[in-house]
Amino acid sequence: MENRQAVNLLQELAVPGRRATCFPPCDVPAVELNSLIPQEHLSEKLPELPEVAEGDIVRHYVSLSQRNMSVDTHFYPLGSCTMKYNPKRHERWANLSGLIDVHPLTDEAEMQGLLGILYEMQEMLAEIAGLPAVSLHPAAGAHGEFAALLTASAYFEAKGEHRTKVIFPASAHGTNPASASMAGYHCVQLKPSSTGFVNLEDLQQELGNDVAVFMITNPNTIGLFEKEILEITRMVHEAGGLVYIDGANMNAILGKTRPGDFGGDMMHYNIHKTFTGPHGAGGPGAGPIAVRDFLSDFLPGPVIEKVEHEPGKESFTLKTPRYSVGRLRSFLGNIGILLRGYFYIRTLGGKGLRQVAEHAVLNANYLLSQLKDVLEVPGGERCMHEFVASAKSWKQKGISAMDIAKRLLDYGFHAPTVYFPLVIPEAMMMEPTETESKQTLDHYVSAIKAILQEDPEYLHEAPYSTPVSRPDEVKAARNPILAWSPCDATKTCNATNPEEGAGASQTEAVSG
Amino acid sequence: MPYLFATDNEQQEMLNAIGVRDIDDLFAMIPDEIRLKRELELPDPLTEIELDARLRKTLANDAASAQRICFQGGGAYDHFIPATVDEICARGEYYTAYTPYQAEASQGTLQAFFEFQSMMTEISGLDVANASLYEGASATAEAIIMAMRATRRSGKVVIAGTLHPEYRQTVKTYLHRLNCEIIETAQVDGVADWQQAAHLIDKNTAAVVVQHPNFYGLLEDAPRVVELAHQAGALAIEVFDPISTGVLKRPGDYGFDIAVAEGQSLGTPLQFGGPYLGILAARKKYVRSIPGRLIGETTDRNGKRAFVLNLQTREQHIRRDKATSNICTNQGLLALRALIYLAQLGPQGLREVGELCCLKAHYAADQLTEKNVGRVAFPHPFFKEFVLTPDAPVGEVIEKAKRAGFNIGPALDRFETVSGQSNSLLIAVTEKRTREEIDQLVDALTT
Repeated sequence: MENRQAVNLLQELAVPGRRATCFPPCDVPAVELNSLIPQEHLSEKLPELPEVAEGDIVRHYVSLSQRNMSVDTHFYPLGSCTMKYNPKRHERWANLSGLIDVHPLTDEAEMQGLLGILYEMQEMLAEIAGLPAVSLHPAAGAHGEFAALLTASAYFEAKGEHRTKVIFPASAHGTNPASASMAGYHCVQLKPSSTGFVNLEDLQQELGNDVAVFMITNPNTIGLFEKEILEITRMVHEAGGLVYIDGANMNAILGKTRPGDFGGDMMHYNIHKTFTGPHGAGGPGAGPIAVRDFLSDFLPGPVIEKVEHEPGKESFTLKTPRYSVGRLRSFLGNIGILLRGYFYIRTLGGKGLRQVAEHAVLNANYLLSQLKDVLEVPGGERCMHEFVASAKSWKQKGISAMDIAKRLLDYGFHAPTVYFPLVIPEAMMMEPTETESKQTLDHYVSAIKAILQEDPEYLHEAPYSTPVSRPDEVKAARNPILAWSPCDATKTCNATNPEEGAGASQTEAVSG
Repeated sequence: MPYLFATDNEQQEMLNAIGVRDIDDLFAMIPDEIRLKRELELPDPLTEIELDARLRKTLANDAASAQRICFQGGGAYDHFIPATVDEICARGEYYTAYTPYQAEASQGTLQAFFEFQSMMTEISGLDVANASLYEGASATAEAIIMAMRATRRSGKVVIAGTLHPEYRQTVKTYLHRLNCEIIETAQVDGVADWQQAAHLIDKNTAAVVVQHPNFYGLLEDAPRVVELAHQAGALAIEVFDPISTGVLKRPGDYGFDIAVAEGQSLGTPLQFGGPYLGILAARKKYVRSIPGRLIGETTDRNGKRAFVLNLQTREQHIRRDKATSNICTNQGLLALRALIYLAQLGPQGLREVGELCCLKAHYAADQLTEKNVGRVAFPHPFFKEFVLTPDAPVGEVIEKAKRAGFNIGPALDRFETVSGQSNSLLIAVTEKRTREEIDQLVDALTT
């Protein structure tokens, strides 16, 4: 039933002379362009975009969409990514006039409704974090990390302290060290442990008056809540450092505990995870940050302030904090995604958010309980919103985490995150989220059990039902083809002797 | 709570299977002293009906002003968006998918982004493009960091003083901790003074950055920028307007090494500044210094063409602190919008939209001048946007336009770092504007 034409690139469907969008004839006096623009700036040839009809476009991209798994179509237990249901009402509301059609440089007086909503969003995020000051500015989680690390450095600069190090556990997301490095810090990684828990002695050894920030994800990327978090944050504070909470796993603790209450000084949210801004096939996200009062003057901006003219009469205004680290992008932020997060919080309220965490944790623990007999779970019998299973014991029988992941696709499930975190061999990180039913989880468990009974040789070549199987990443990297050109197409279309695939990458990433 | 599944019975079954009495037992890992012992203080939950009504009411005034006819510029523009862009991007198979790490489960996304990269190389005139960055300003900063890596020079960058002020601020923030000096060129009559800047560009300079057309809408001496950068062994970076590439030379045509752009004009609505689309393209020899995701073509185990995330060893999830950037989540869905937009236009459409913008902007400028509303501030050629210095105070002019049903601006004094041009504002004219609308605006400002 598959539409075989979808395997062609749009560029290959093109027929010279085809058109889709046409523009009205010019209704102002036509003059030669070279009377307006000097000849040396005028293009000599048009970009070679494909010439296609509107029907080509629709059929092509609708057919292509069917070559994807998505939350709308499949269970997507991708650990650390919080692939929860994306409510349709959010899409309708994000497209309301007054939101979708507002120019970013509109006068504040003309968008008090929108600014009021965004101000309320700041307040709500502050309450959920237990940290009073919020900047909605960052575009994604990693952008939020970078923003917060710059905020910290501005704070230390103002205090006249020269601190050069950022510490993080080995199980940290890759964005943590990458952000620290971009913010000009020297990165120190703690020794790995299979629970992901921080070893206090290790930490103590690294702490000193050169440490600016300790970055920690809590619950950690193994899915466990750091029991000694109070002691950890106390130690960092004693050394004069700040504690950064990577909020990727906030879904587990909404309304149960707050980063500000366990010693965090700064954090980012991933609106596209916790508050269900859709992932958009890789983005956009939004990565607002929340910080303690004493850091608020350094936040990147602008931020939204409420001005009370007289009791009961207020307005909202954009303001750059006094000692702000500055802008990290043009305009205010990824408003469209922030709004979806706002709709979500307004729909759920305090109780609903707590239920989100409870059901996310319930689902994860149920899944763990059903899988622990067939897959080792180094973190133990309990977890928060996700857990990391290990296929290590199956490896001797010839079945790897990648084999299971790929074969799951044939059973109609997206694969879990595999080979992350790096501290667990043959890692399979599973996060069911709260928006899956017991029935779905049971089916998924049955699929994994069935796969483990299959012939390892058969599994090495899985998946069998997907549009492609085990693309050769080594070949892709050795001779990178990153754009279409007619000659490459001929070459690859004629390829009859494909190199044996080296399998997919050994490390998967999780978003920031 | 509309999005949960477990009934009380199922919940009990699951708890039994886990071996705990109630859900709270599952949170035993959280020490008691940090448990939140109250409910979060958030507004009461609202049903779909209630929140729908509330939002429409809250936004009624904003909507009224947003529905005025838009002549606003300054980095975001009211271009036409074909219906197919919205329809296709509203498909859950795209917008509820994750980053395409599992290639077999993501061929739709991967192929679309490969097509996107291909189109970006076409409109930039360069060899390779990534699968998107956040937006134009941070893309500019990323391009500079990329140039520092590629040239192994980190001492200095020279940027045009006519680069969008928010982009200049963003670059400053990004480079603040990297010990890289940022030199802004002076400006004369709205364009960067490359004559004076020439001696500032030397063997310590990693990159020279110019926006063309610049913040004021004016054409810069792009060939001169490339020449000055290359003479010093620095990379030349152009911040370009993708919608201009059917009319103006592309960055690659001038000889730029890296091109970045705000891609909002390619099918993304204004939505108060984001999410937008960061575009980055470069010469092939710099491919391993590129930040962000790259999609590559390969074959699968059966010899079929397949698409995968490529050269991932540049990225944070592999290289960690040595990565080319910290970017992970990008702007995938906006890249898809740009892809469908450009597919709709094709080469002829891209030419037409550029011509219409250019001709209509010049008609508007002529009319505003002829009818003595004010003067066009700068003597240089412009593309779709220009600076008007009205005879009346700029605030009054903007209000007058509003009353007549038009949004114009921004006023330049809105930006702290734009100097030397008092009582002026930007006016942008896209292909959507008709002669009638332009005439009405001019009339409103004349009376």
